[in-house]
Amino acid sequence: MMRGQRELVRRGEKDASGCAIFGVIDESGRRFTGEEAMRAIATMRERSCGLGGGFAAYGIYPERADLYALHVMFDSPASQEMTRGYLQSVCEIAHEEPIPTRPVEAIRSAPILHRYFVRPARGARERFGDAGDDDLVVRLVMYVNAEIEGAFVVSSGRNMGVFKGVGYPEEIGAFFRLEEYEGHAWLAHGRFPTNTGGWWGGAHPFGLLDWAVVHNGEISSYGRNRRYLSDFGYQCTLHTDTEVICYLCDLLSRRHALPLEVAACAMAPPFWSRIERMAAAEALLAKAVRTVYGGALLNGPFSIVVGHSRGLFGLNDRTKLRPMVAARSGDRLYLASEEAAIRAVCDSPDRVWHAEGGVPVVGALQEERVAQLAGTT
Amino acid sequence: MRNWLVQPEFTVERDPERCVQCQVCVRQCANDVHEYDAEDDLVSSESSRCVGCHRCATLCPTGALSIRRARLEFRPNANWTPSAIRNIYRQAEGGGVLLTSMGTDQPYPSYFDRLLLDAAQVTNPSIDPLREPMELVTSLGRKPDRLELDSSAGAPRAKTELPPQLELRMPIMFSAMSYGSISLNASLALARAARESGVYANTGEGGLHKAIHPYAGNMIVQVASGRFGVDAEYLDRAAAVEIKIGQGAKPGIGGHLPGEKVSPEISETRMIPEGTDALSPAPHHDIYSIEDLRQLIFAIKEATCYAKPVSVKIAAVHNVAAIASGCVRAGADIVAIDGFRGGTGAAPTMIRDHVGIPIELAIAAVDDRLREEGIRHMASVVAAGGIRSSADVVKAIALGADAVYIGTAALVAMGCHVCQKCYTGKCNWGIATQDPLLTKRLNPDVATRRLVNLLRGWGHEIKEMLGGMGINAIESLRGNRERLRAVGMSDGELQILGVKPAGVGA
Repeated sequence: MMRGQRELVRRGEKDASGCAIFGVIDESGRRFTGEEAMRAIATMRERSCGLGGGFAAYGIYPERADLYALHVMFDSPASQEMTRGYLQSVCEIAHEEPIPTRPVEAIRSAPILHRYFVRPARGARERFGDAGDDDLVVRLVMYVNAEIEGAFVVSSGRNMGVFKGVGYPEEIGAFFRLEEYEGHAWLAHGRFPTNTGGWWGGAHPFGLLDWAVVHNGEISSYGRNRRYLSDFGYQCTLHTDTEVICYLCDLLSRRHALPLEVAACAMAPPFWSRIERMAAAEALLAKAVRTVYGGALLNGPFSIVVGHSRGLFGLNDRTKLRPMVAARSGDRLYLASEEAAIRAVCDSPDRVWHAEGGVPVVGALQEERVAQLAGTT
Repeated sequence: MRNWLVQPEFTVERDPERCVQCQVCVRQCANDVHEYDAEDDLVSSESSRCVGCHRCATLCPTGALSIRRARLEFRPNANWTPSAIRNIYRQAEGGGVLLTSMGTDQPYPSYFDRLLLDAAQVTNPSIDPLREPMELVTSLGRKPDRLELDSSAGAPRAKTELPPQLELRMPIMFSAMSYGSISLNASLALARAARESGVYANTGEGGLHKAIHPYAGNMIVQVASGRFGVDAEYLDRAAAVEIKIGQGAKPGIGGHLPGEKVSPEISETRMIPEGTDALSPAPHHDIYSIEDLRQLIFAIKEATCYAKPVSVKIAAVHNVAAIASGCVRAGADIVAIDGFRGGTGAAPTMIRDHVGIPIELAIAAVDDRLREEGIRHMASVVAAGGIRSSADVVKAIALGADAVYIGTAALVAMGCHVCQKCYTGKCNWGIATQDPLLTKRLNPDVATRRLVNLLRGWGHEIKEMLGGMGINAIESLRGNRERLRAVGMSDGELQILGVKPAGVGA
C-alpha cells in the first residue's frame, strides 16, 4: 500500500534524491507516444535504483482539454470515497475512470489509481470569493493532500497527467501503458532516493495545475523556501524538495505573472559580482528580483525540467552542480541528465550542448498551438 | 569609601622578584588600586578597588602582576550566593539602586549553545568559499511581496519601485552605543570600521559628533526618548533612522548620562547644556500607544522624504511577537529586537538580570508571527543582544533574523575586558569613559583595524559554515531552521524555536 502522506508529515521527513531526468517537447505540437520517453529514461537506469519512476505527459486528453484532469492515488476505498465526496462538493465531475494499468512483474502493491475530469462548481467559486478556477483547484489539491488520509492528488492540470510509482521508470511506464498515450511533451524521471524509502506519492514528477517538475538534486535552502511559500498559502505537506520547486513555479509564473526568464532569475539568480558587471537596466532588474525574491532562491545542486501548458524548460543551479544536456532536432527540444539518453531516441540532433548554470533552456509551444491544446475555459 | 562588610572580589598579586617599581600600573589604574611610596621606593596594591579589568597586568612590562578571584569564600549556600549577600551589604550601606554594566552575567541557558548546525555530505556537495562564490550581501528594509514588470518596451523592466534598503556586505552591524557612554575615539573607530567593512554603525542616543560626519553614510542615527542630538541635519546625514523604544539590558528603563560626563563636546553633540544630566525618559513622552509610534515613524519618513528606512528597536519582552507585528504595521521598515543578554553602559542590576527574554526565542517567535500574519516581507528583523561569535550570527539568521547587531563583541575587539564597570566612567581601556587621560589610550586607527579584522574573520567563518551546508547565498539560510538541531531542550523550547532535536533526520 502507498504510504499516506500523513505518516510522512508525522515523521517530518524531507526527501532528497539523486536521479535521472528527461524531457522532450515537439514545439509544433505534433503528438507522439510515451515510448520515446520510456526508452530514453531506461538508458539512464544506472542513475536510479528502482525506488521511484514517473512521467508527465502533455496534450494527452485533447477530447477533454477544457477539464482539469485529477490523477489521484488512494490507499483504501474509504479514502477514495471520502475524496470523491469532497470533490463533488466543490466540482462538477464530468467524467471519471480508473487509470488503466497492466500487470508488470516488478510492480507490486500499487495504490488505487483513479482519474477525475472536473470543472470547479459555480457554488465553490462564490464560496471562495473571487478566486479563479486555478486558485480553486490549488485549494482543492492542498485540501486533499493535507486533510484526507490516504489520498494524494498526483496531478491536476488540463490536458496533461502524471503517471508515477515505485519501480524503475520503464517498468512504471509499461505498468501505465504509456505507449498508448500521445502527447506533444513528455517528462520522465528515475529516482535514487537518499533520505527516504520509495513510496508512490514520493516519486517524480510532482504536479500542481499544469506544472510538473522532475528534479535531480537536493535543495539546501528547502527550509527557507518552504517558509517563504507558506507566506503565500502553499502548504508543503510532502516534505520534498521537488514540491517546493513546483509551488515556486506556480507562484512566480502564474500568480506573479513573471516571464519565464525572470522566474528563473528568482530561482537561480546571477551572483552579485555578475550583477555589478551588467548593463544598468539589466542590473536593476536582477537586483530587484534578488531583493524581493530572496526566499525563492533555490540553493544547492539541482537540475530540473519543468513542464507547463505552454511548453517546458530546463534549469540548473547557478553553479551547475548537476548535469543537464540539451539538444535540438527540428521542432524537438530534448533535455536529459546524460547525452546518451538523447542519442537513444534521436540519432542525429542538429545541436547538442550543456545547459549553463542558472540559464533556462526553453522549449516553447508555437503560439497558435497553445490555445488549441489548452482547450477553452 | 570602602564598604567595611564587602570583601574584595579580586586579589592583586605582585611578584616582588619581578616588580621593578616602574609605576606603569600606578599610572594605568583609574581605580587607584596601585600606589607608589617614594620614601620606600615601593609599589603596593589595594585589592579592594580592583575591578578585574586586567589593564595593569596587561601593561606590566615584567609580568609581575596577577589578578585572581579573591580566595575568601562564603560558606557554600545554593540560595544565598556570594553575590546576593554582597549586594545586600552594598545596599545596606548606601540605600541606593544597585548599578551595573554590560549584559547579564547570570547563568541563564544560552540557546545558541544548544543549537547545532548542519553540513552537507554526498548528496549535496559542500562548497569551498575560497574557490567558489559565496554571498553574504544583505539588504534591510521593507520589500514588496511581488514584483510587477513592464514588458511593453521589449526587455522586462521592474514597474514596482523598491522602498529604500540598507545594503550590507555582510549581515552584521554595530549596535547602538552612544558617544557619552563610550568615548569619541571608540565611536570614531566603529564608524570607520563600518565604512571600511561595508556595514553600518549606530549612534545610539549620543548624537552625531562632527568628527563622524564623514562616515554618516554608514551610520544609523537613533531617535530615542531624550531626543538628544536630533535635528533635521542629523536625520539628513544618516543612512537610516532608528527609533529606540527599548533596550534588552534594561527594558522599560530610560537612561542617564551624569552631568560630569557632559563635556563641551558632548554638550554640543547632544545639544544640551554643558554639565547637565542627560536624562532619557523610560517611555517616549509622545508615544503612549502604537498609533503614536506610527505618527513618529511617519514624521521621520516625511522629514527624510521617504528615502531612508526607519527602524524601530524594541527589547525582547514576553509579548515581543505581537509588539513587533504592531511596529511593522505602524510602518517600521526594520524591527531591531534586543535580547535580555544585551549590553548597556549602565543599568540597575535587578533590571539587567531579571527582565526580558533570550534573543533566540524572540527571533523565532517574531519570525513566526510576522509570517502567520503575512507581513514578514514588510520589515527586516535585526537581532541583537548576546551575539558572541560568527556561529551565533549563523544561528540567529537560521532562526529567522535578517541581520544582527553586535555591541559587546565590538567593544571586546577594541580591548574591553568585560569588567562591567562602564557606569563608573573609569574605563581603563579608554572605551567607556570621557576622561581625557583615559580616552587617549584608545588609538582610533588601531581600534578601527581591530574591528575590521573581527568582521573579516567572522565573514570568513560564516562563509565556511554556509559552504559546509552547501549554501552559497546568505538568503538561503534565513529562517532555514531545517539546518539547525537542538541538544538538551524541552519540547516546549523546541516548539518555540521550531527546530528538531539532534538525531532526527531530514
